Amino acid sequence: MILSIASGKGGTGKTTVALLLAASREGTIIADCDVEAPNCHLFLRPKWETETRAGVMVPRFDMDKCDGCGRCVQYCLFNALAVAGGTPLLFPELCHGCGGCLLACPREAVSEERREIGVFRTGVATMNIPGQRLISGLLDVGTPAAAPLIKTMKKQLPHDADIILDCPPGASCSMVAAVAGSDYCLLVTEPTPFGLHDLELAAGVSGMLAIPHGVVINKSDGGRGDEAVEGWCAAHGVEVLARLPNSREFAAKYAAGMIDGEYREAADTLWRRLDREYRRRSDG
Amino acid sequence: MVKELVIASGKGGTGKTSIGAALTALAPAKILADCDVDAANLHLVVGSRLKEAHDFFAGFAPVVDEEACLHCGRCTNLCRFDAIEDGVISRPLACEGCGVCAFNCPAHAISMVDKKAGQWLVSETRHGLLVHAELGLAVDNSGKLVSEVRRQAKSRAEKRRLPLIITDGPPGVGCPAIAALTGASLVLAVTEPSLSGIHDLERLFFLCHHFGVPVAVCINKADISEENTRAIVALSRRERAPVVGEIPYDDVFREAALTGCTVMETGSAALTGEIRRLWLAVAGLLGVEPGKAAAWGLERLIDRLGGRRGMP
Repeated sequence: MILSIASGKGGTGKTTVALLLAASREGTIIADCDVEAPNCHLFLRPKWETETRAGVMVPRFDMDKCDGCGRCVQYCLFNALAVAGGTPLLFPELCHGCGGCLLACPREAVSEERREIGVFRTGVATMNIPGQRLISGLLDVGTPAAAPLIKTMKKQLPHDADIILDCPPGASCSMVAAVAGSDYCLLVTEPTPFGLHDLELAAGVSGMLAIPHGVVINKSDGGRGDEAVEGWCAAHGVEVLARLPNSREFAAKYAAGMIDGEYREAADTLWRRLDREYRRRSDG
Repeated sequence: MVKELVIASGKGGTGKTSIGAALTALAPAKILADCDVDAANLHLVVGSRLKEAHDFFAGFAPVVDEEACLHCGRCTNLCRFDAIEDGVISRPLACEGCGVCAFNCPAHAISMVDKKAGQWLVSETRHGLLVHAELGLAVDNSGKLVSEVRRQAKSRAEKRRLPLIITDGPPGVGCPAIAALTGASLVLAVTEPSLSGIHDLERLFFLCHHFGVPVAVCINKADISEENTRAIVALSRRERAPVVGEIPYDDVFREAALTGCTVMETGSAALTGEIRRLWLAVAGLLGVEPGKAAAWGLERLIDRLGGRRGMP
């Protein structure tokens, strides 16, 4: 099963839930897809085994052939190209690597070269869950587009293991890139108006991608915020699969890079419910 | 010239919106902007009343003329984003709107149309005018929408001759964060003393230095880990970023969000005092008038006695 963990909003406890779930089932692999701010490795302190630079393809101009006609500029819908003084200019941050300029060039003056955007590493945890396998992406700072790195990283995942994807916050392209293709999406929320607002967005994306989803209420205190989230879930037919209590001690342990063993039981229950949901969906 | 304060954090959940909202309650004359267009939250705590909504178009989407289509499969072969299968745009969410399918269709059966990517909004709030946005679900171009929100906030601040824009920034260090903080007068990095907070703060420092934007640091939940707080203070010193606030962990942030107000309206005197000191330091760095921030406690008392706390 590929299980993605998303939330819309940051700081709700996606990473915590990912780690709790991994800790309670051996043989899972965590893929940290929050490449702008990956955090799983901070808890697992992995011994890195492989490192792969990820890149996107951007155009390269053969100036012996290019006559500066500007056809490529006309065809680039991302405004990544311009011609100045007969010379083509590339703004690589805007390029999506669609290859349109190659096809547009009447003189075959355009080829492609790799532009590096980040890195991903695989490793084995030495702390908290020793032996846990982790793959973690890290976007180069100053690089705008996270989605290509996430996609490249996901292609490297094995097909025969349970995989937990720790997804980026939000509900736009990088979150979609991370969640797409998963069997089930676990939406972690916190019982505040912020959490609920962003949960609605994230659930909307899961719906558009036709990925079954359920909710975990983290930092739950059984108060008004919980009621609001539960009310929304009931009204939209989304199941609340687990509640993790709000606790300052937990926050302090998290701050120090530890995950608490006492949540083990909650994680086991969550896995059982996930398995059941997953089986029900795949049978039906 | 209008000054622009951008509240950023590298990572989500550190309290950007809560602390940003508290500052908007203190700053005397300003426009508010919410650049977390993916998941805007500021309007939830400043009591917003929608005044304007404008469609935001960015990028293109292909439309296929079924009658003209020859089903030759050329578009399927050329699409690098796996959005087209057997001549059908089967995965529209994967489409990046590059137009390769349209430009290379031998039957000219595909055209590219403007794509609605969201809305930008203007609302009246208890603490001034707010420019915010809603990005369409699963859409890219968030950076462009962020730029639009900033442009609108700036023009309104200029028109009203207001000296300051307070912007709630998006998390992360990618496209929306870059669009939100380039050219700002000051970035206030709201961090928390966790390992992840420190890690993401380092990346935010790098980004701010990369774009030459000055940065100051506010440590939220500072008493959760003294050790990590000390580490952040040391890191900030190395990065030449002044630490302008240390806010203690307080459940009142949750309470405030639940009641739809800022912590200035519900918090204890110790907490609001800390935030007032934060605002005075930030105003000093920005070179704007701090206003009557220092007398805010008194004003709150008067408000309370008068029974008008301006809450919904």
